Amino acid sequence: MPITRRGTLALPALALAAGPAAAQGAPVKVGVLLPLTGNAASAGNSARAAIELATELVNTPHPELASMPLMATAGLPNLGGRKLEAVFADNQGNPSVGQNQALRLITQERVVGLTNGYQSSVALTASAVAERYGIPYVNGESVATNLTERGFKWFFRTTPIGPDIARVYLDFIEEQQKQGRPVGKIAIIHENTEYGTSIADTIAKEAEARGRQIALRIPYSANSADVSPQVLQMKDVQPDVAVFISYTSDAILYMRTMRAQGYKPPVLIGDDSGFSDDSFIQTVGDISQGVINRSAFDASRPGSNSNKINALYKAKTGREMDDTTARMMQGYLVMADAINRAGSTDPAKIQAALRATDLKPDQLMIGYRGVRFNEKGQNVLASALLVQLRGKEYVSVWPEDQASAPLELPFKGWS
Amino acid sequence: MILAQLVLNGLLVGAVYALFSSGLTLIWGMMNVVNFAHGDFVMLAMYVAFFAATLLGWGPAAFVPVAAMALFLLGVLVYLMLVRHVMRGPMLAQILSTFGLALVLRYAALWAFSANFVSLPEDLTGQVVTLGGLRFEPSRVLAGIAALLVTLGLHLLLTRTALGSRLLAVAEDRTAAMLVGIRPDPMQALAWGIGAACTGIAGGLIALFFYVAPSVGESLVLIAFVVVCLGGFGSVPGALVAGLAIGVIESLSAFWVGAAFKDVVVYALFLGALWFRPQGLLGKA
Repeated sequence: MPITRRGTLALPALALAAGPAAAQGAPVKVGVLLPLTGNAASAGNSARAAIELATELVNTPHPELASMPLMATAGLPNLGGRKLEAVFADNQGNPSVGQNQALRLITQERVVGLTNGYQSSVALTASAVAERYGIPYVNGESVATNLTERGFKWFFRTTPIGPDIARVYLDFIEEQQKQGRPVGKIAIIHENTEYGTSIADTIAKEAEARGRQIALRIPYSANSADVSPQVLQMKDVQPDVAVFISYTSDAILYMRTMRAQGYKPPVLIGDDSGFSDDSFIQTVGDISQGVINRSAFDASRPGSNSNKINALYKAKTGREMDDTTARMMQGYLVMADAINRAGSTDPAKIQAALRATDLKPDQLMIGYRGVRFNEKGQNVLASALLVQLRGKEYVSVWPEDQASAPLELPFKGWS
Repeated sequence: MILAQLVLNGLLVGAVYALFSSGLTLIWGMMNVVNFAHGDFVMLAMYVAFFAATLLGWGPAAFVPVAAMALFLLGVLVYLMLVRHVMRGPMLAQILSTFGLALVLRYAALWAFSANFVSLPEDLTGQVVTLGGLRFEPSRVLAGIAALLVTLGLHLLLTRTALGSRLLAVAEDRTAAMLVGIRPDPMQALAWGIGAACTGIAGGLIALFFYVAPSVGESLVLIAFVVVCLGGFGSVPGALVAGLAIGVIESLSAFWVGAAFKDVVVYALFLGALWFRPQGLLGKA
């Protein structure tokens, strides 16, 4: 269909003709749990903008994104064109607040499903409430492995998780070794809640399985006012590879403190989250040149869904979309698609639709190989590549067949 | 060498804690009012520094005094418009009012400045200096020196000037002070102003090496309460000693015991210290 004004107007009209009563029905509410205040507020508010954008895209026709579900049409066609509505709740980055908010969204707001959570620790408690009430929960960003190891029936997760991530890092480290780079001493510096601890455990386990030792492991609290003792510990041990699993404020402090203490590891891997936050790049990007990060979102290819979504997001917020935000938005869109395929707001039907999800790469806004859930609710087609900070942008550098720029080592940091 | 650097870093961080706490101890000691908005005062001062540095291109020599003045005015305003009134109410009203003020300031900042982390340009105060193998970050050294000067200044003000005597008189017994002709309101407004101005100086200096965000006060405020408690309520030199001690203990315990457990060490020692000296290290019983 040519993109004409008449064409776009005709779509809602068709939906109306199909089911006039339902089309006037109330919007379908999805509860969105985000850390809108507290230490992770910057990530939470970026995600909020992305989810507002996603809702807008679902509710209005966007033929340019027609390869993705629900984009070309207005509202949820299988529910007679009813609009989608995101009901935001601030979890303050606090598991008990997240739990209470999940309860409120389910019992007071009567949402048909829950999404997000951000911190793994929050997703852990909030999803337990959803499980008890039999409400589907789609999480697109929390990576702690055990979230999908609890035998839950209502919890689905689209992001690559601990073992996927650990495999990428270890593969990368082993290839560096083949190229003659020393990688014998690996250090893991991680924040000490669910997210950092579980990713660190998984990496350590994967390393051990491959006959490698973790030379130094430093758990710390993400809201520390000072991280210089940790940096001095690294300076003392001199690891070849340092893997940071951090949120934004601590990632910023680490970069500043490493510079002040005159220490840089030869290979610095920052595990997404804090290191992906646009705030990180804006505040300490200049002294973090060459940080290696994982990502599933590469907006650099013109014509791709990622590229178009990033452009829309930038027009709305003035900022580039980061990987975490993109994964969160993708999770929310998977929920919207499932509700539509269910053709109903009945939680059990949405759950069945989620189980039957089979999205192809070109139906996604992110670089996964697809979305298909296993019996645990984990997306088995999630994947990640490694990117490296150049100037104010992350460029893909590994694996080589997906790289848009050559890998540069050792870690440069500041000049 | 690492040990020396650890102690040095601890002292410099401790000096920041002390600087950060000086305003709190003044208000606490003078008026028996716990200012829960203290961390958010510092946050506002950091934003003053941030905007002065990025929009106007000012250096710390200009924006620190401006932040101090801005916070002085805020302190006086808060006293006149809020604290003065709730002082007449029950204790709980006093506690909750500054807590409410903290939330208002924090969420207003979130609304006005967004949740994004920002920071001042790097190296406003020059490059790191290496001396005898030890690394000195100029911004932190500056903050440390300022902490000593502010502490000394406040101490002299309270113990060596007529104004200080009047402030202390009002703190000790409001009615008696009134009987000898001191009007308590201007004195207490001044105490709030000076206390807030200290947070202005602290915020301006901390902004040089820390990130700036609406939530930044939360990360720092708990330690300020501990510093004031350990130093002795209302004791300015006590805050300095306690701040330095906590800084060094944190630094060493994070290195030896582990960063995740440093708070256990700090708070255990804190409780232990209060067991023997409930009035604080330099507080009067």
